[in-house]
Amino acid sequence: MIRNVIYGILLALMSVCLALAQTDAVPQDSAGTAPAAISPPQPVTGLTAKDTPDDHGHSITLKWTLSPDDQGGAHSVRTYEVFRWVPFFMDSMHARQYSVDSLMGLQTLWRRYLPFAKDSIKYFEKSGNAETARRFADTVAYIEKRTSTLRGEIKSLQRGIENDWERAPQAHAQYPNGGEWQMVGQTFAGQGNYVNSGQKDNTASDYLPNGCNFYYRVDAVTADPKIRTSSEIVGPVQATGQWYNVGRTPSLFATGIFVLLVLLFVRAARKGKELYVRPLAGIEAVDEAIGRATEMGKPILYVLGLGTAADIATIASFTVLARVAKRVAEYQTELIVPTYDPIVMSVAQETIKSAYADAGRPDSYREEIVFFVTQNQFAYVSAVNGIMLRQHPATNVYMGKFFAESLILAETGALAGSIQISGTDEIAQIPFFVVACDYTLIGEELYAASAYLGREPVLLGSLKAQDYAKAAVIILAILGAIAVNFGWTEFREIFRVVR
Amino acid sequence: MHKRQLPFILVFIFGAFMAVQYFMPHESSEFIYEFFALDWVPIIGIFALALGIWSLIKVSWDKIKHRRQDWQYSVVLLAGLFTIIFFGFFVKVGEHWEFRFMTSDGLQSYMFRHLFDYIVIPGQATVFSLLAFYIASASYRAFRARNLLATLLLSAALIMMLRFSPIPGLGEYMSKTATWLLNVPNLAAKRAIIIGIGLGMVATAMKVVLGIERGYMGKG
Repeated sequence: MIRNVIYGILLALMSVCLALAQTDAVPQDSAGTAPAAISPPQPVTGLTAKDTPDDHGHSITLKWTLSPDDQGGAHSVRTYEVFRWVPFFMDSMHARQYSVDSLMGLQTLWRRYLPFAKDSIKYFEKSGNAETARRFADTVAYIEKRTSTLRGEIKSLQRGIENDWERAPQAHAQYPNGGEWQMVGQTFAGQGNYVNSGQKDNTASDYLPNGCNFYYRVDAVTADPKIRTSSEIVGPVQATGQWYNVGRTPSLFATGIFVLLVLLFVRAARKGKELYVRPLAGIEAVDEAIGRATEMGKPILYVLGLGTAADIATIASFTVLARVAKRVAEYQTELIVPTYDPIVMSVAQETIKSAYADAGRPDSYREEIVFFVTQNQFAYVSAVNGIMLRQHPATNVYMGKFFAESLILAETGALAGSIQISGTDEIAQIPFFVVACDYTLIGEELYAASAYLGREPVLLGSLKAQDYAKAAVIILAILGAIAVNFGWTEFREIFRVVR
Repeated sequence: MHKRQLPFILVFIFGAFMAVQYFMPHESSEFIYEFFALDWVPIIGIFALALGIWSLIKVSWDKIKHRRQDWQYSVVLLAGLFTIIFFGFFVKVGEHWEFRFMTSDGLQSYMFRHLFDYIVIPGQATVFSLLAFYIASASYRAFRARNLLATLLLSAALIMMLRFSPIPGLGEYMSKTATWLLNVPNLAAKRAIIIGIGLGMVATAMKVVLGIERGYMGKG
């Protein structure tokens, strides 16, 4: 009996607790009333849409004043959604492009499948499964027949699409008929700008054509995406490409002054003015190293690095190679130039050939002096290290672009007992060369090496211009530091370059 | 036209265009840039690669033919070269080998992949791993306190290494000092070198474009 009473009380308590818990689960505000529904936020104002400056087009920059309910008011704005009016024409064109992409994918798939299917026919014929072999044969016959026409179909479709893209401006001019608003971007609350950039390639799904009228609106969106307020519509605005990037004017100005300086000094040098340039130990060692190799009767190894012929460091290295080759030809010493890049090899061959001719020793030139090794970084290192350890060159010259292989090469050269001269503009590799080589040209010294070796007044003139430019940079850096510390940001802005 | 004048004219035209192109974002300018830089360069590269392989074969063959020193290595080189070329272009279909020139099927073939995965890649990894030992030996030479500058270098290196020290407090203190070393004196020196490199690049490019520097043509 007592037990039943206790159970009854416990049951009643549980019921009360459950009822209380359910009451607590209903959110209430501080006044104990039910929460109000989110009210639509106030719209963004002052929306502007302009062509993005200093670009190739295909981009529109939007700016707006934040909704009063963002960062203030009801604090209800969570995001802004940017909409652009897009004619159905665009979707149709993208769909057609998608068909072309699918057909091209099918073409690739069939090309890969055919050898397998042909193998399968043979396999099933041999194993006596004639029915399966026949099915594969039918498939192969169908694919081969269809492939012959597919290429033409794809080409025809592509031509049609290409022609129809010319109608894009007319389609956009139909606003507001024959199109719909599509969301093209989103920003978080507090951000009042958005750049609607598209691809310039009309086969891309986010292609944004130039010269078309675009219309935009921005929605202020609350936590409930359905509760939103649209801004006024802005447009038409067109994306266009510019012929001059105004943002790069500081670069143009600086380059212009520098070019002028170089030309002035070159002119002065041509007129016979004595130009003093500080001596570089690494450069002066080149002649000494060539002499040492001649005395020892051992070769000189010249490594152009892993750069391509388009890298300035490699071009500078060619100029040094020309000077070295000329001296080598005069002293009748052996030169070995293993290359990593075939274009570099071709240029190096011409460089050395001409240098030998200039030295009056064209007969001493042999094609084996320069040879291609491989375009595999560490295989190249192995080959060059092998040359060092087998032929023991008297001098190793490393000039150009070097990466992880720099220390492996330089340490092996040091082990082989060669005199080593290096030069690179790869900052990360300079410490390795400094440690392992006898002489190192640091950064710009590589570019100056050719002028030092030749001692031609005209080339020394450019070095002098570089020195003055560096002095100007140092002065401007000091002025900049002072200006920034005093809060004169205008000075910094003069040098800002838009990439 | 003299054989040396034409290259200089071409260098001037293309060099000047590339310089101007940097300041012209327009699509027409981009088109020409992409046409030359992205389309021409690979085409030239492919033809040059053929020249390169020919050069490699010729040099190796001459070595073997004249039994020059260490000619045996050239035999291994040529054997490796032709083997990988064979498996790159020939695919075993059923029981016979088919020549596949226009497709990349050969690159996916069993033998090609195995040669690459189990010979080339381990070989590369082996050479790369040597770097660790070379760094140790180079550090040993660089960090000997022979004079004041070398001692400073040694001290900086010790700080950099001790920042990972497990000793309580020391690692944290060294970490702060190392960060200062990297962000202040080291970065200042790096930026100085970068500015010098930038000016040197412009000067070299200009000298080449204007024909002042003709060393790369062997005009030493």
